[in-house]
Amino acid sequence: MFKKILIANRGEIACRVIKSARKMGIKTVAIYSDADRSALHVKMADEAVHIGPPPANQSYIVIDKVMAAIKGSGAEAVHPGYGFLSENSKFAQALAAEGVAFVGPPVGAIESMGDKITSKKIAQEAGVSTVPGYMGLIEDQDEAVRIAGEVGYPVMIKASAGGGGKGMRIAWNDEETREGFESSKNEAANSFGDDRIFIEKFITQPRHIEIQVLCDSHGNGIYLGERECSIQRRQQKVVEEAPSPFLDEATRKKMGEQAVALAQAVDYASAGTVEFIVDGDKNFYFLEMNTRLQVEHPVTELITGVDLVEQMIRVAAGEKLSITQDDVTLKGWAIENRLYAEDPYRGFLPSIGRLTTYRPPAEQAAGPLLDNDKWQGDAAPGPVAVRNDTGVFEGGEISMYYDPMIAKLCTWAPTRDEAIEAMRIALDSFEVEGIGHNLPFLSAVMDHPIFIAGDMTTAFIEEQYPEGFDGVSLPQGDLQRVAAAAAAMFRVAEIRRTRISGRMDHHERRVGRDWVVTAQGESFELAIDADQDGSTVKFTDGSTMRVTSDWTPGDPLATLEVDGAPLVLKVGKVPGGFRIRTRGADMAVHVRTPRAAELATLMPEKVAPDTSKMLLCPMPGLIVKVDVEIGDEVQEGQALCTVEAMKMENILRAEKKGKVSKINASAGDSLAVDEVIMEFE
Amino acid sequence: MKDILQELESRRETARLGGGQRRIDSQHAKGKLTARERVELLLDEDSFEEFDMFVAHRCTEFGMEDDRPAGDGVITGWGTINGRMVYVFSQDFTVFGGSLSETHAQKICKIMDMAMQNGAPVIGINDSGGARIQEGVASLAGYAEVFQRNIMASGVVPQISVIMGPCAGGAVYSPAMTDFIFMVKDTSYMFVTGPDVVKTVTNEVVTAEELGGASTHTKKSSVADGAFENDVEALNEVRRLVDFLPLNNRSKAPTRPFFDDPGRLDASLDTLVPDNPNTPYDMKELIGKLGDEGDFYEIQEDFAKNILTGFIRMEGSTVGVVANQPMVLAGCLDIDSSRKAARFVRFCDAFEIPILTLVDVPGFLPGTSQEYGGVIKHGAKLLFAYGEATVPKVTVITRKAYGGAYDVMASKHLRGDFNYAWPTAEIAVMGAKGATEILYRSELGDPEKIAQRTADYEDRFANPFVAAEKGFIDEVIQPHSTRKRVCRAFASLRGKSLQNPWKKHDNIPL
Repeated sequence: MFKKILIANRGEIACRVIKSARKMGIKTVAIYSDADRSALHVKMADEAVHIGPPPANQSYIVIDKVMAAIKGSGAEAVHPGYGFLSENSKFAQALAAEGVAFVGPPVGAIESMGDKITSKKIAQEAGVSTVPGYMGLIEDQDEAVRIAGEVGYPVMIKASAGGGGKGMRIAWNDEETREGFESSKNEAANSFGDDRIFIEKFITQPRHIEIQVLCDSHGNGIYLGERECSIQRRQQKVVEEAPSPFLDEATRKKMGEQAVALAQAVDYASAGTVEFIVDGDKNFYFLEMNTRLQVEHPVTELITGVDLVEQMIRVAAGEKLSITQDDVTLKGWAIENRLYAEDPYRGFLPSIGRLTTYRPPAEQAAGPLLDNDKWQGDAAPGPVAVRNDTGVFEGGEISMYYDPMIAKLCTWAPTRDEAIEAMRIALDSFEVEGIGHNLPFLSAVMDHPIFIAGDMTTAFIEEQYPEGFDGVSLPQGDLQRVAAAAAAMFRVAEIRRTRISGRMDHHERRVGRDWVVTAQGESFELAIDADQDGSTVKFTDGSTMRVTSDWTPGDPLATLEVDGAPLVLKVGKVPGGFRIRTRGADMAVHVRTPRAAELATLMPEKVAPDTSKMLLCPMPGLIVKVDVEIGDEVQEGQALCTVEAMKMENILRAEKKGKVSKINASAGDSLAVDEVIMEFE
Repeated sequence: MKDILQELESRRETARLGGGQRRIDSQHAKGKLTARERVELLLDEDSFEEFDMFVAHRCTEFGMEDDRPAGDGVITGWGTINGRMVYVFSQDFTVFGGSLSETHAQKICKIMDMAMQNGAPVIGINDSGGARIQEGVASLAGYAEVFQRNIMASGVVPQISVIMGPCAGGAVYSPAMTDFIFMVKDTSYMFVTGPDVVKTVTNEVVTAEELGGASTHTKKSSVADGAFENDVEALNEVRRLVDFLPLNNRSKAPTRPFFDDPGRLDASLDTLVPDNPNTPYDMKELIGKLGDEGDFYEIQEDFAKNILTGFIRMEGSTVGVVANQPMVLAGCLDIDSSRKAARFVRFCDAFEIPILTLVDVPGFLPGTSQEYGGVIKHGAKLLFAYGEATVPKVTVITRKAYGGAYDVMASKHLRGDFNYAWPTAEIAVMGAKGATEILYRSELGDPEKIAQRTADYEDRFANPFVAAEKGFIDEVIQPHSTRKRVCRAFASLRGKSLQNPWKKHDNIPL
């Protein structure tokens, strides 16, 4: 076995690899750019080598620099993680030339699976089901129409070099085929400098389901079940699970066997993933093969008990697989939620800055990984598993240079419903402040009926959130639970206030038992009877709820039980109540005495100012210059002012024609997000 | 006997209605609560004891003798906030527009005198059209009586003004002399002369809101210390403020049970100060992480944002915080920030509230507008305030402490009790670049040499150790242990006793 291994990556995946290597007794070497000087992977590794400035193309993906780090540190093997150099055959070749082991497949496999057309050909030859279509190059519109007719509508017109939805068109008839062909070709030429086009069947109700394979260099190959990754936003996976709620055993076996056949057709030797698209009738078609460790590999680990990183390292060291296909059993259910530094309320715009608060839920060990003694870390065992793969820490910086994913939160439980419930609680317990993040969105997905039913397709996010995400409202039952909890907590906080020094003896304030809780425009009248163990909350409709908790005033996280069911709230301050975040909802909850509640109803609703005729500061930053004056007529797209944020100058432009009526900021002012810079008539 | 009891009840009933149901409804329609409703929300339930419910005016001009409502447009008395005594007056806009008569003023004076005698804060809720014109000079005399008491009470008991309606003309000078002024957005305004007079005299056209609304006074004039969305929220937050304040200048700041470990270490503070000395960071994060439960009651949040002032608790007791804010103007001192902080420091000192000073200051803001505006005297106010303060003073220098601003910000030399510095601190007469340009003027033509000189200067002076060697810094501390160190420092200062020499009063550069 290797004595020392270098991880040619950063962030959570570098940390993940270090954990397995450490458990195997292998020393680890991290590499880091200027932006990652104090990153977690650097702290965790035994050694760290600096490899250049922040941009990845000047550091992490510069082969020469990584090679120099390998030589300098004396590492015998390199784990590439995902992204960066993980599927770069030149890097694999460079390693081979130096006699350093690549923890990944052979160069040939990387190359042949790296090209869409080649990989599809190989797949067909290996007996893998592929999307019906024409693999050859298409000359002109007439040929495109003829082929589309053969394949059968609807068809997808795709650029050979395409990706990320670019150069892709769907056509439902001949006319659309002609148009689609031309526009795909142009777009492909412009975007990729390669205008080769092919046509294939367009799959309806598509689901993204992939098979994890594991092969050694002695001709053995197995599959470790599937992962369902249908919940994606713009080709970026957000939620994954294993197994898929859609597959049956027969389909799983067929897909698995075909995946292994494909891997063996290219002499694959490592962990790899064969991606399929599956239609509503469980027909599956090969999409592509990823010749690396996938981001979402933990869900497979959680249901199989196999440490994939360990297996990759063993295979790279020339060991034979110690597991056979018969050893692979899928036990329980695992779900992964990807925590992105993206603000869901602002169209998922990447958010960067300092993580002023970063407190993931406590990890908990359970399931096959624990049973096989492959659980990483020292989490206490429990009935369900909570695993958080992360590369950040409280007080760390999210920079603009890299992937915005900051953590992968996974849960495992014996059943899917239990795994989802564990995930809901884990998300509610996850405290992240300082940057925008998608926790509320993830919570919303975990409560979405389509997800709960397991009926999602790859269009889930587009279809269910066509206008983007603007938070959720709690359903009545949950809201009432929150109201009971908030009232009980508020009472505790009020009692603490009465214990202040300097009070008039014998004339202390007595905290009453009647309260009115308002949230989401609803009011709940209730009375609290507290005892040693908790509070009994009686609502005026006669119903009661029992609230217990060890929450103390000021604690930003409240873990409660309401009628025996867990409820986790993030608790902030608003005058006369709490800001409460739970289950994707973010709301002000007021707790008032009946009299105060009555008077509060007299307060006017304040209408938020119409911001359509204002220029708002899109991020906290410094005004560098203002380009217009009061009274100026501005045209759409005209530069209005420049805001500097995170050392970047952002030019703010007019969204439409208008006349400047007021300017509230001048050069040198530092503004908060949403502050009004100028107004228009 | 029964009749007499009934008579009392019916008189009370009438008094409680103030200007009558129609005017109450109109008050509500404006989004405002009545004077009595406000008192109810301000005080603990059922704790209000009223004075002078039946006082009526004595005016006989303009037919006023026929209209003598009980209470005369102001409700006065005392009650408790979380069991602690406060005196309160609340002007009743439904009675003669809350205008101030001689008797109205007498009612206010009565409770102010009692507050001073008994050592409890005074909270005034202002909602008044101004002087009662029918009473003429008697009304003006009434104002002056109140003013005189505001002055006498200053520094004896905390005085809080809540502006919940109009407050114009001479009336503004009573709140102006209290410790804190809070306003309600959209329904309150304060000005010496209203929009009509402004138009006549200066030809400026301005609305009441623009001239003296909550936004104007919290952001531009700094007359107000905070603004709230509505009456309910404002009264709630005044209660919260009172929980931070001592009852009078003879009692210590209050303490209450706390649930935040004073020994709590916070590793994230080790990365708070960025590697680049010119990159800003948010000082509010440090304040939030030092104080109990992250609770910070900020004073003048929207004015002179380059300095932060407000109250936190440490081990359950109140601490006043003054902190440079590197996010705004690099945290420099200027006219506005010096005035803002000086007033806050003096409040804390007057009421025995310990002061925590967090320093990251590159110096005073240069420029003609500052010099013409008198930054010399305004800056001196903060220097003076810190120097005369005898309360416990703990200072933490997180990064820059340059030049005269270093001296000003509660330095050891101004009788600082504990002066800590983080390892990132740079305590020097100025930044390296500026210093080398002066010291090595002759080498300015040679960028290489200057760069070397700058680097040398940085090595020698851009650290806390030169000051620590001289004993100007008591200890260089780890950022993550700051809460623990500061809590212990204040704990050790609970018995502090320090007297300034006798004087009639000082002569702070106003």
